[in-house]
Order: sequence, then C-alpha cells, then structure tokens
Amino acid sequence: MNTHASAASATEVVQQGLDKRYSAESRFKIYGILGISIAMVFLFILMFSILSTGIPAFSKSKILLPFYMDPEVINVEDLADPAAARKINLRKIVNDSKAAFFGATERADKRQLEEVVSTLAQLEVLEHIRANPEDVGQTVELWVTADDEAGRWYKGEVDETLPENRRPLNDQQIEWLKRLTAEERVKTTFNDTFFQGGDSRNPEQAGILAALKGSFLTLIVTLGLSFPVGVAAAVYLEEFAPKNRFTDLVEVNINNLAAVPSIIFGLLGLAVFLNIFGMPRSAPVVGGLVLTLMTLPTIIISSRAALRAVPPSIKDAALGLGASPMQTVFHHVVPLALPGMLTGTIIGLAQALGETAPLLMIGMVAFIVDVPQGFTDASSVLPVQIYLWSDSAERAFVEKTSGGIIVLLMFLIAMNAMAVLLRKKFERRW
Amino acid sequence: MSLTSILLILLGIALLGSFYAKSHVLKMAGSQVTAMHSLPNHHFAYTFLVTLLPSAIVAIIWSLSEQTVIMNLVVGTFPENIQALPADLMSLTMTKFQNFLNGVVFGEPDPWMVASGEAYVSMVSNSRWGATLVSLILAGLGVYWAVSRIEPQFRARNRVETIIKGFLIVCSIVAILTTIGIVVSVLFESIRFFREISIFEFLFGTHWSPMIAMREDQAGSSGSFGAIPLFTGTLLISAIAMSVAIPVGLMSAIYLSEYANQKARSVLKPLLEILAGIPTVVYGFFAALTVAPFLAQNGASLGLDVSTESALAAGIVMGIMIIPFISSLSDDVINSVPQSLRDAAYGLGATRSETIRQVILPAALPGIVGAVLLAVSRAIGETMIVVMAAGVAARLTANPLESVTTVTVQIVKLLIGDQEFDSPKTMAAFALGLTLLVITLCLNIYALHVVRKYREQYD
Repeated sequence: MNTHASAASATEVVQQGLDKRYSAESRFKIYGILGISIAMVFLFILMFSILSTGIPAFSKSKILLPFYMDPEVINVEDLADPAAARKINLRKIVNDSKAAFFGATERADKRQLEEVVSTLAQLEVLEHIRANPEDVGQTVELWVTADDEAGRWYKGEVDETLPENRRPLNDQQIEWLKRLTAEERVKTTFNDTFFQGGDSRNPEQAGILAALKGSFLTLIVTLGLSFPVGVAAAVYLEEFAPKNRFTDLVEVNINNLAAVPSIIFGLLGLAVFLNIFGMPRSAPVVGGLVLTLMTLPTIIISSRAALRAVPPSIKDAALGLGASPMQTVFHHVVPLALPGMLTGTIIGLAQALGETAPLLMIGMVAFIVDVPQGFTDASSVLPVQIYLWSDSAERAFVEKTSGGIIVLLMFLIAMNAMAVLLRKKFERRW
Repeated sequence: MSLTSILLILLGIALLGSFYAKSHVLKMAGSQVTAMHSLPNHHFAYTFLVTLLPSAIVAIIWSLSEQTVIMNLVVGTFPENIQALPADLMSLTMTKFQNFLNGVVFGEPDPWMVASGEAYVSMVSNSRWGATLVSLILAGLGVYWAVSRIEPQFRARNRVETIIKGFLIVCSIVAILTTIGIVVSVLFESIRFFREISIFEFLFGTHWSPMIAMREDQAGSSGSFGAIPLFTGTLLISAIAMSVAIPVGLMSAIYLSEYANQKARSVLKPLLEILAGIPTVVYGFFAALTVAPFLAQNGASLGLDVSTESALAAGIVMGIMIIPFISSLSDDVINSVPQSLRDAAYGLGATRSETIRQVILPAALPGIVGAVLLAVSRAIGETMIVVMAAGVAARLTANPLESVTTVTVQIVKLLIGDQEFDSPKTMAAFALGLTLLVITLCLNIYALHVVRKYREQYD
C-alpha cells in the first residue's frame, strides 16, 4: 500500500517535471525561430528600403516647352562645327524661352525657374538644333529634362504640407509645375542620363557610367593578377610544398591575411604603391593591385579546397603511367579542379567589387565627371560613387544612391549566380 | 622605344626562336622522337622561357629605375651654385625643373634649366636605346644558348619544370610579401609619428583633435593625439554589434542545424548568405538613411535625446552584417560535434533543447568562442558602416545614444583628400592603422588557433 502510494507520487513528480521540460523545449525552439526570423526581417527591411527609395532613380520627368531658336544667338554656320557649336549662348535661349512661357519677368522669378528646368535642357536644345538647322528662327516644342526638385515633386516625394520656407519648392514653383501637368506637358520616361556619363553636382545629370567603367577596369586588373597568382600559389602549397616550417608560415600567413581589415590594405596601397612606387592616384591599376592583394587569400583558400577534392587515384594513375609530377598536376589535377577554382575566384571578385574602404585610401574618392578610358585615368568605382552620393546634401541624391546600390547589387547577384551555375554544372562527386 | 613595344618585340623573338628550336629538334630526331629525352614541345618551352624571362626582366627593371637614375645624373649637370642650395630650396628647384620638363613654364626659363633639360632629354633617349639594345642582345643570346644545347640527352622537360616550380614558389611568397609590406609600411610611418608624439600620450591620452596648424604661431597649433576616445568608441559600437549578432546568429545556427528540416535549411541558409554578400557601403547607407532617423524619431517620442549619428544605429546595423558570419561559423562547429554525443544524450532521455544546451553547446564552445572572436575582429576593423553612420567628433562616453567615433573612421577622415605625407595628421592615421592591425591580428591568431585546435579534437 505504502509502496504503491510512493510509486504514484514518483510518476507524478516525473510528470510534473516533464511538463516543465517540454515547455522549456518549446520555448527554446521558439528562440531559434525568433533568431532566424529576426535575421530575415532585417534582410527584408534592408531590401525594401533600398528598393523603395531606389526605383524612382530609373525614371525621370520631362517637360514640354516651346523654345524660340533666336537667329541672333544661333549662327547657323556654327552648328556644323562641334567646337563652335559649344560656344553658342544656349543659356540665353533656354532662359528666355522658359521665362516667356511661364510669364516670368522679374529677376527673382527667373531665378526660381532654375528649380523647374534642368541645365541639361541646354544640351537637349543644342542636340535638336544641330539635327534640324532649319528650325533656327522658329519656335519649337521640345521635351526637356525637369530639374531634380521638380522631378521629385512629380514623383510625389515633396511634402507640400510643410511651411513654404522649409520646402525645396515654393508656392510659385509648385503653381508652375501644376500648370505643366494641367496642360499635359509632363511625362515620365526611362532615366537614360543615369546610365550615361559621370558624376555631377546636379542630381538630375549625375550618371553611373563612369563608376561602372572604373569598377570594370579595376576588376580586370584584379582578375588578371589574382587568378594566376592565386591558383599558382594554391597549386604549390597543395601539390608540391614540403611540410616544413616555411610552408607552415605561408599557411598561417594566408589565413591571417584573410582576416586583416580591408582598410589596412588601403594603407598598404597608399604607402607602397602611391608613395614609394609613385603610381598615379585614383587609378584603376592601383585599385586593382590593392584589391588583388585583398582577394588573394580568398582565392588561394578556395583553390586549395578544390585541389584537395580531386581524388588521389587520378594522381596515382597519371604517376603510374610515367607522367612527371608537374605533368600530373597540370594535365590532370588542375583541369579537374578548375571549376572549383573559378567559383572561388568569382566569389572573391564579387567581394572586391563591393569593397570601398581600401579604395578611399588610394584616392578613388575623386569627383569624376569623365568616363575613364584607360587603366591609369583617374576614376571612381561603383561602391565609392555610392558613398559619395550618400554624402551629398541634395535630397535627390538619396534616390541616386539607392539606384546605384540597386545596380551594384544586380552585378553582385549576377556574379554569384554565375558562381552557383558553374558549381552546379561542373561539380563532380567522386 | 616604350616598354610595351620592347616587350612585344621580345615576345616575337622568343616565339620565333622557340619554333626554330622545335623544328630543329624534329629534324634531329627524325622518325625517332622517342630517342630524345624530352618532347619537342619541352624544347619549345625551354627556348621560350630562356629567351623571354631574362630579357623581359631586365627591360622591366630598367624602365622602372630609369627615372630615378636619370634624375640623379641630371642634378650633376646643374650649375654649382644651384647644387650648393640647402635641401628645402633644392627640392623647390627640383619641382620647378620637373614642371619645366612637363612643359609648364612661367615666363622665361633660366638658361641652366634649358641646358639641363636638353641633357635630360638626351639621357632619356640614350637610356631607351640602351634598354632596347641590352634586352635584344639578351634575347638573342637566349635563343642561341637554347638552340645550341639541343641534343637527345638534353633534359629540357626537367629544366622547364624547375622554372615553373620557381614561378609557383614566387606566387606563394606573395602572401608573405603582402604581410611584410603591410607591417613595414604601417610600422615605418608610425615610428615617425611616435618620434613626434609620445606613444604613451597616444595610447592613454583622452583628448583627440588631430588638427595641426599651418604656422607655428597660430593659436591652438598643437593637435592632440590621445586615442582613448577612439578606442572606447570602437569598443562601444562593437559591443552593440555583438549583442545583436551573437544571440541572433547563434540561435539561427542552432535552429538551422538542429531543428530545421532539409527544406527549410535549403531556403534559409542562402537567404542568410545574402546578408553576408551585401557590400558594407550598402549597410552604411541603410544605417544612415533608415535606422538612424528611425531611432532618433522614436527616441524623441520616448523623451530620449538620440543623436542622428548615434552609436546605436551604427552598432545595430553592424550587428546585422555580422549575423551570417557568426551563424555560418557556428553552424560548422555545431555540425562537427559527433552524432554519438547527441545519441547518448537522447538515450538518457534528454529532450532536444537539453541535449543542445547541456551537451552540444559545451562541446562546441571553444569553436563558438573562436567564431565570436573572429567576428569581434571583423567589427573592430569594419569601416564603411561607421564612416557613413557614426560621428566624427571624438567623445569619451558609454552612452549608446550619443555619437562616438572609431579608429577606422578617423583613419579615413585623416587620409581622404589632399594630404602631405609628412604631416603628423597623416602619420597619425598610420599609427591608428598599426593599433588596429595589432589588435585584429592578435584576435585572429588566437581565434584561428582555438578553432583549429577544436577541429582536431573531433577529427
């Protein structure tokens, strides 16, 4: 009787403990789910905030205005010659035409019109009149780019409820913009300016092409140096190096270099490449060198993993048939490891493409208007351009920054997708 | 001739010589190629390397050192009164002369300048000819040497393989050279900095304002270089980052490796890796554009005074950046805990969470500590997020709502834009770089050691 009672209570005790343990179990699982969901939520918010601010950068507002091609200002003979055409006083044509259209007679009013029509209009007028010289003396209706603030208003990004002095556009300017909408003189088009030309102080004229080209040139240098050197180093360390203190040192070195902060590589580039070797500042070739040193450990480590994955039987077979060690490695092992090496290289290059800090150190933060033509021209790169835009005061640069980020992410996604495809297509399980 | 054209000509000679060598071998061997020790292609490669390597190396070194040598020689042609100038005036004169050579002349150039300029031009053209001639002769000798040695017993393959092996060794030494380059370049400038500012003032001083006046008599001319506020700022932001990244990253790793099924894993892991692939400049922009204003607004509605460049915003975003780093490293570590430990715990009636907490985590702890240390070193060295979202003013505070600055921010601010290489400002950046390097290196070496040792334990 007595034993029966105590047994019952023992089960009870265990039962009670079990309930507690099961609830602890489910709590722990919830923490896990919470952890992963927090990470996912962060990712979602990040992507959402970039996309929602960046998508407008790919469109721009154009407005239809009548331009009087004053024959006193435009000399028809000048149009044929590009150098002479550049000297035409287009500012007067644009200013007079827009003042006439909006009925702005006061100096202050004319000044306010600068927030409506971009200075890009001068180029657009020039382009039109060079293509159609017979229009000189006529009044022509032309679609011209709106100023950045006007563009933001048309995209609904200007808060009209703010008091007038805290808004980028005053009541008069908004009145004009509304009039243009009412007369159906506004349209939204694809922002081709964003993909042409380089940086500009005017947000509506700033383009990303110069930075893209700079990134491209820098990556070419990086690829050209880091792939052969990285693969060669990996081949030596994995296939030929004797196991001794020296190779241990190299190995520890590579692992440590992989974890050295990137800005330190920038200091190296500044001290060695710029100040000792006297290489040009802001040049893709120096950027490429610095990024090469930075990506080299990544490439070496992944190439070694790829080489290690090749089964020893392949090597043994080649050696057994009388191939020299060098022939074995270069005729059999390396070709089999090549897809893995390429994957590692692409991932390393993707890192290099997104890298900013070391490039700031070697002067790639310069204000670059012209698209670089060669490896020694001053140039910027995509992430640095993004940093520069994010530092600019004008509100319209925010969308340029996000737009630039979207372009950068596209390239990164493309590169990583390539690496995944390569791995899927050529990966072999032995 | 320019370096490129010299190299192209050398390449042409090497190719021609190699084809000649190959045909020579084929002729010599006749129908019995097997009688030769090495294949015709090995002789081809041998001739090519012997011709191209020495001549190209000489041409490249010549071109690189040419400028310095000629400049030194040209100084010898200056009139004696100019050569006797004191060092600072001399460097001014040299700059003037450089400008003159580049075609920038103000007014009438001095007659001696014209004379030395002409001497310079003739020296450059002589040097170009010399480079061309020497490298061509070397290339010719190479072809002659290689072809003359062709005979059936000649071990061309072994020699080619030795050269290739040499190239492989040189490539693997690049990593060591990089490390040496980093250490030397950072150390050299830092030593010069510490000659002007005492190392104790730098490491223990509490006031940082690296402005150096242009003239000595200017007010507040001595900048102060006490780096403590930078260290505390870096620590504060890193601590915030780690308090976001460690729980989230670790719990994600536990969930992914112990609870999630194959399907969830295959979706969630790549998504986490996306976080790792996003460039830091994007995180920085996200911190400055979204997180900082969000915190400032909500802080204001709670009655807190949150700076728009608060340490909190930069720290949280840095934490997000580090989540995938911690989770993937911990994932590896947790996965390498042997299954037998889990089975034993389940066999004793432990629940899953008990197994994880009392068996797996203690077993995996060293590896996880290593991962966290690597993550800390990453947080300390991270640059773009703090440059874009943290402040510039050095403030000694532990309040995460205030703006602080970090070591990396100061390096960037000191080195961006025009700088003279000798000013203490620039050298201070290198001293900061040295500190950063030493701290991260210690963390890395220790962490890698821990991780490696841990891995060996269960392998």
